[in-house]
Amino acid sequence: MSYEFLVASAIGVLVAGGIYLALRARTFQVVLGLTLISYAVNLFLFASGRLVLNRPPIWDKSVAEYTDPLPQALVLTAIVITFGMTAFVVILALRSFLETGSDHVDGDTVPCDAQDGLADGEGAEP
Amino acid sequence: MSLADHLPILPVAIPALAAPFALLLMRRRRALAVGIGFAAALAQLAVALLLMARVSGGTILAYALGDWPAPFGIVLVADRLAALMLVLTAVLALIVLLHAVVTRADGKGWHFHPLFQFQLMGLNGAFLTGDLFNLFVFFEVLLIASYGLMLHGQGPARLKAGVQYVVVNLVGSALFLIALGMLYALTGTLNMADMGLRVREVAPADQGLLRIAALLLGSVFALKAAVVPLHLWLPRTYAAATPAVAALFAIMTKVGVYSLIRVVPQVFGEGAGAAAFAPAPWLWPAALVSACVGFAGVFVARSLSEQAAYAIVGSTGTLLIAVAGWSGASLGAGLYYLVHSTLAGAALFLVADVVARRRGSFGDTASPGPAFGGRGTVALMFMAAAIATTGLPPLSGFIGKLLILQSAAALPNWGWAWGVILGTTFIGVIGFARTGSAVFWKTNEACETPPAPETRRDLLAPALALACLAALSAGAGLASAYADAAAAQVLAPAQSAAAVLTEGPR
Repeated sequence: MSYEFLVASAIGVLVAGGIYLALRARTFQVVLGLTLISYAVNLFLFASGRLVLNRPPIWDKSVAEYTDPLPQALVLTAIVITFGMTAFVVILALRSFLETGSDHVDGDTVPCDAQDGLADGEGAEP
Repeated sequence: MSLADHLPILPVAIPALAAPFALLLMRRRRALAVGIGFAAALAQLAVALLLMARVSGGTILAYALGDWPAPFGIVLVADRLAALMLVLTAVLALIVLLHAVVTRADGKGWHFHPLFQFQLMGLNGAFLTGDLFNLFVFFEVLLIASYGLMLHGQGPARLKAGVQYVVVNLVGSALFLIALGMLYALTGTLNMADMGLRVREVAPADQGLLRIAALLLGSVFALKAAVVPLHLWLPRTYAAATPAVAALFAIMTKVGVYSLIRVVPQVFGEGAGAAAFAPAPWLWPAALVSACVGFAGVFVARSLSEQAAYAIVGSTGTLLIAVAGWSGASLGAGLYYLVHSTLAGAALFLVADVVARRRGSFGDTASPGPAFGGRGTVALMFMAAAIATTGLPPLSGFIGKLLILQSAAALPNWGWAWGVILGTTFIGVIGFARTGSAVFWKTNEACETPPAPETRRDLLAPALALACLAALSAGAGLASAYADAAAAQVLAPAQSAAAVLTEGPR
């Protein structure tokens, strides 16, 4: 099995698992799903510079072939951003659970009181 | 380099500097934070107008960050379209900031002013950048600020809608990155102008991948623009947000539309092989359905803010009908309508807030409530905003829709565009007439009159938004000439490629 096949199937499995989890009803699973998707995306970005073994990314007199350094920088940016976003969504989900008493993403199991009945539960469907 | 050459970086640098200062001062001295907010917004408006004056002749300013030559470093590109969006953002920001300060919405949570400035930084950066990955970064900047602003004021309904909004946008960001990775793998560049040249050299075997990347990117932008079927996040989010924030978010869907207008002709233009205008055949029917769904929502909405949210979906649909024509005339009409619909959507949200502040526990629900004081003025404002949104004369919505209809007449399937635009206008008029008469005309004698508002100053911001719409109508000739010129410039990507890629080895 080639290296490419391994990386490609890893990305595929991560995305499949991520999509399955992201479609679940509870926020914890959704957050896990988003995290898996972001891992897959990072691997994918990394592979977009082609998979090269044992080559330096920066200039060296004695080397003729290089690996592309740019995707590595892009992945670094993407990791930082997704890390921040994941931390934020975890805190948000926690706050939402503590305030509404439900960790369902669509919040439909929560009986809404009269005042915010309009802004809550309704409005998503045309 | 003289100082004037650094003009394109200022719309990003000013809010980036203002935000931390506002953060430092917010706790102790609110007045100073407010002052910084206004000063930064005014400075952005001034810079945007200066930029507009410099590029209106047709020059394209390319600003290489760190002076790295173009395809290798990140460039900011200021052309007519970017300047137009910057001016629009700055005007909207001033109106919204005024409303937030006057109604004291900025004091209902923490960090309103810093988040507001970061939001502006993200918006300005997204409009200026000439690098696709940098566009992603600015998208994230404006999104994470918008998460904070959307949750501003807290409350269970807002948190619930906030979770959905964040999750949807995280998925959108993941798709954006996948599309970027594919494009980089195929073309070896992230600079939009350079990519536009290199897509022509993509091998025939990779054409399918290029097409997938184009469609993925198109769907990410469509998600931001809230095009049907990717619109479901918008009404709940916008109706749940603080009205002043929702008014600012009126420009957020336009960021998606802007990105489509910017990226599709430049990267996936004529020479892109299988990917040439790949999102276009999908965009056209989606835009038609969006207009229908949006104005149907306007028709059935049960509160003014929900109605305003659906009006945003509907007007973005109408705007995309014009954009999906991809001709100079239709894009020009679309850009005029874009400016109009942003301001009109913001005016609707602000008027909804003014109503909610006067009706006590009834809020802005479309049901007969108490006879509140000063109804006449508020009703007139609501009527003006509704007229603008639906596109009745004399306000700019009428001119915008007229321009779109005129340009659509040249397209092969113009019947659909005409039918949908005219039909949705009619439905929208009925919808606004229904909520307007329920809120302002019928009064419920049984409920006691809420106390009169202490101040009428909160009418200022919506009045300002309506004044901008009136100015846009009065200066329609100038504005649409500029929009046409901007559209022509966007559809001729070779100009911008020449301006961006002058230096360096290419």
